[in-house]
This record gives sequence, structure tokens and C-alpha cells, in this order.
Amino acid sequence: MTTNVPTLQVEELQTYFYTKAGVAKAVDGVNFTVDKGQIMGLVGESGSGKSVTGFSIIGLVDPPGKVAGGRILFKGEDITNAEEERMRSLRGSRIAMIFQDPMMTLNPVLRIDTQMIEAVQAHEKVDRQTAFERSRDALGQVGIPSPEERLKAYPHQFSGGMRQRVAIAISLLHKPDLIIADEPTTALDVTIQGQILYEVQKLCRERGMSLIWITHDLAVVAGLADKICVMYAGKVVEAGTIGQVIDLPLHPYTHGLIGSVPSHNKRGQPLEQIPGMAPSLLSMPEGCAFHPRCPRADTQCLVEPGPTVPADPDHRVRCCHPHLEGAA
Amino acid sequence: MTVTTEVNKVLDERADSGAVPAKVETPFRRFVSDFADSKIAIVGFLTFLIILMIAILAPWISPTNPYDLATVDILDSRLPPGAEMMNGTTAWLGTDGLGRDMLSAMFYGLRISLGVGVTSGVFALCIGVCIGLASAYFGGRVDTVIMRIVDLQLSFPAILIALVLLATLGKGVDKIIIALIVVQWAYYARTVRGSALVERSKEYVEAAACLGLSHNRIVFRHMLPNVMPPLIVVATVQVAHAIALEATLSFLGIGLPVTEPSLGLLISNGFEYMMSGKYWISIYPGIALLITIVSINLVGDRLRDVLNPRLSR
Repeated sequence: MTTNVPTLQVEELQTYFYTKAGVAKAVDGVNFTVDKGQIMGLVGESGSGKSVTGFSIIGLVDPPGKVAGGRILFKGEDITNAEEERMRSLRGSRIAMIFQDPMMTLNPVLRIDTQMIEAVQAHEKVDRQTAFERSRDALGQVGIPSPEERLKAYPHQFSGGMRQRVAIAISLLHKPDLIIADEPTTALDVTIQGQILYEVQKLCRERGMSLIWITHDLAVVAGLADKICVMYAGKVVEAGTIGQVIDLPLHPYTHGLIGSVPSHNKRGQPLEQIPGMAPSLLSMPEGCAFHPRCPRADTQCLVEPGPTVPADPDHRVRCCHPHLEGAA
Repeated sequence: MTVTTEVNKVLDERADSGAVPAKVETPFRRFVSDFADSKIAIVGFLTFLIILMIAILAPWISPTNPYDLATVDILDSRLPPGAEMMNGTTAWLGTDGLGRDMLSAMFYGLRISLGVGVTSGVFALCIGVCIGLASAYFGGRVDTVIMRIVDLQLSFPAILIALVLLATLGKGVDKIIIALIVVQWAYYARTVRGSALVERSKEYVEAAACLGLSHNRIVFRHMLPNVMPPLIVVATVQVAHAIALEATLSFLGIGLPVTEPSLGLLISNGFEYMMSGKYWISIYPGIALLITIVSINLVGDRLRDVLNPRLSR
């Protein structure tokens, strides 16, 4: 395999949930590419489909959800609706996942060493001793002091930040090519968040791992990622490099998101906010899904879903009236 | 002053948590110390242990062997408590209609009652746990089918199912164990499925799936230990139920053969003599049965209190 093949290509991904109340299009035509060693931020508010995108990639969308269309290419291999055996051999070894709540991702009744050794042995035929050493080294790498003793502990004896480190260590055990991190620092306080971000960034650079960082926190992504995809109502509304999207946002929604971030230079002024709520996936507005909340919407937006406008070769926006005047 | 003590306490705890604990406080150890907080539970547990020891050691501690028909003398029948039998031993609790020493018969009866109760409980537990876990883990149609079968079975009284089964299968210890397993598995399946559904939705199960672990491993290694608490409670209660049910069936005369009496059969044997003043034949096995079931239930109640975080302690 040549080095030019991107780690992950997602093409027109559609993940639908067939509920009794109707078909919920949680992910509806999402495109992005993650190159080797690249960190991509997947940003959006609750219910925008960013987590479902992550689960679709790893092949763990729970029924009644289903990948209904599109393709997911992992290092050039089509893994869309791949066989369970193939997916299981990828999960945890080539593609790893880190979850939001570190209190919940470790089994409360099993010791850390049990869980880590099990994770090692799930994909490689190694004896307990080797697996133990691997686990110990992994814990050391994510900055856990005296890993040998800590391995013997139960999850409830760790703090939240420590547990998230353990979860990250578990995801690193097999040196995966891709890590999908689903809001991994949301439940942590800011100082711990900073440490974790630093560790993860360092590990990605050192090992050439690709990372998809799913979050609703633009500030985190701005400091961490190389590129960014903004999702709204199951669609990518804007994608580009960090510099492009953060400094010159084209989509009114991205504009609103950036405006909603409290920052020190706007002290005393009321915060900007995006009016209204994300639409229900079952009753999506006609035309552009964002138009009921959009300050720039007009009659065109009621009918057209918004064309994908490439403002730059790698900066795309899906909008009828993007903020192009700012780019000039 | 209280504030300072509070602060000191917090500081102490911090100091403690900072150092690597010499002895890891396992969930099991915490559970044992919680359980021991209740005196009545300890009494119940010790009583049960004594009963268990009696049942296990019955052949060695009984004054006579009630199963050995050659040593049983019909002339000893219905002796009152404390009377001396033909072979010189004292029947402390009297003798029954066939001339068997009640104390010995009760020891052996306890052995059979507990044996039947525990054996059927263990088998029913294994079957129920596997079915319940499968039901919760795979969900969908598998779940619906299994749970409808469970509902169907639970809608019949347990005694009715057992009666019908025993009428078909015939008498014998193995037959009654089979009947009790059939009656009980549904309780375990329903309990396990309920708590496994809760565990299923927790992130650690999803995380385990993301690690690429097999279904078997996720179900038995990750979910099973987490559904143990309610299971332990149901298991103790069900063992007590099984013993009571076996006694009922034996009392009705369709459980065990007369030559191997369980407690229920002993009660039933003395039933006809109750009105003629020969109370001991029924009353003493009855008391033994009562103590056994109460002691198991006391332990079960305490387990429920300890293992259920929602009940305030």
C-alpha cells in the first residue's frame, strides 16, 4: 500500500435510524478524508450526527440504525457494512475508540490489568507476561505514575482524568492507525483536559496516528486539530483547515458557533447566540436545514438544500449565501 | 471545631489516596464488611451454616440410620420424645409411625431437602443466566421470544407445573430436581435479563465491543459480574422457595419415595397422628424446615440491602 492512500475516506455516508415514528437521517451525505497523522476535528451541537458518524466508521451502529448508503474506506479497503469478523479484527487493533465519560468506559468490577491484558490478547497471541508488560508501558506513556502498582487497582480508585488516561492507554495498546475520540475531554475539568490534549497530540505526532476528535468545543479543536468538519443536522456544512474555518468561517452556522465562544476580549457585551434549537431528525426543514435559525436565510434557502461551494480547493461550504465577503 | 475536623478528615483522605494503598479494597471485601453490619443477618448466616453442616455430616452424627430398614423396629413406633428404643438408644425427639428415630430422620431429611434445593437452584441459575444474558445482549426478536416464554411460564403457579411434571416423570430425587429446575429457571432469566439490559446500555459494554472482544467475552466476562448482585439475592430466595416447594410436593405424596424421607415427607407422615396427641412426628420436622427457610431468607434480605444501592443504609 502506498503512503498516499489516506487513512480514512468517508464518501456520501448515510446512516439512517428506522424508527416507528419515521426514518431519522442522523447522518446524511457526509464526506471527509483523514490523512496519515492528521488530526481532524468533527464539530457540531448535540444531535448533529457527529457521534453516529464515529460509530458508523467502527461499524457499531445499534439497531434500528443502519448505514444506508455511501462508502467508508479504511486505508483503501471498503469497510462499509463489512463482515462482523473483519470489523472485529479492525476494532481495537487498527481503529480504536475513546469515549466521552471515563467513569463509564471501564468495567467497574474488573481490575485495570484484567481489562488491559484482555484487550491485548483479543488481537494478538501473546502470553500474560508480555501482555502485562505492554499494558504497563502503555500506562506509562500516557503519564500515569507507578503504572505497575496502578495496574492492580480497580477503576473506582482512579480519578476522572486518570481513568481517561487509562482509556487512552487501552486504545493505544495495538498502535492503531486511527483513533476516534468521542468528546473525550468533555467530562473533565479544564486543567486535566489540557494535559490530555497535550498527550494525545504528542502521541499522534510521534506515531503518525490519525485522529478524529469529536467535540462541540471549538476552542479545543482550534488548539488541537489540523482540519475541521462542522456538522449540522447530519450534514457537513463546512470543512477546511483550522486556519480557514476558524479565521474565515463561511457558513452562517460556523459564524454563530465561533461567536458563541466566550472570550476575554468581548467582556461585558452579551454573548452572541444562535437562536432556536437543532431541528428534530424526524421533521427536517425543507431546503437548507439551518434556514429557520439563519440570519441570512431568504426564499432560496426554503427550497434549495444549499450547494457545496468550494471557496478554496480544500475549504468547502454548503450554503446559498456563505460569508464570502469576509474572505475577500 | 467541626469544620477543622472535617478539613482534617479530607486532608487525611487525600494523603491516603495519594499513596498507593498497601491493600487494595476489593468490591468483595467491602461487601463482606457491609454484610456483617447486621447482627440478625450474621445469626441467620451462622444458623444456615450449622444446618448445612448437619446436612453434610448427617451419616456421622445421627444416632441411628433411618434408611437401614434392618435396624428399624416396628415396636419402636410412635415413642414420645426422650423414650428409650428397643436397641437401647434414646429417641430424643421421639420416633415416627415406622419406628424410626425422629432426630436421625430429620438429619437425613435435611440432607435431602437442602441437596434438592441447592442442586436445582444451581442448575436453574446456570440455565436462567445464560438465557437471560442472551436475551438482553442480542435483544430484538430473540429477546421477545424468550421473554414471552418466561411470561407464559410465570403465569402458571409453580406448584401446578411441578405437579404436572412429577405426575408425568414419576417419583425420585432426580425427577424432583428436574421439576424444580423447570419451575425456577424463568425467575433467574427474568432477573438477569432486567439487570443485563441496564448494563448493556452502559458505555463499558460499547467500549468492550470497540476493543474487538468476542460476544462470549463481553457477555460472560464483562456483563455477568455486573449482574451478580441481584442474582445472588434471587438465588438465596429461590433456594428457600425450592426447599419449601419440595416439602409441599413431598407432603402431597408425589415427590420423593417413602424410603428416603425429606422434611416434607416426615411432616406428611406425622400428619395423621396429630389429632391423637402424637405431635412430635410432624412438629419437629416442621420446625426444622421453618428454621432452614427463615435463616436463608434472613441472609437473602441482608444481601438485598447490601447489594441494592437505592435502599438507604
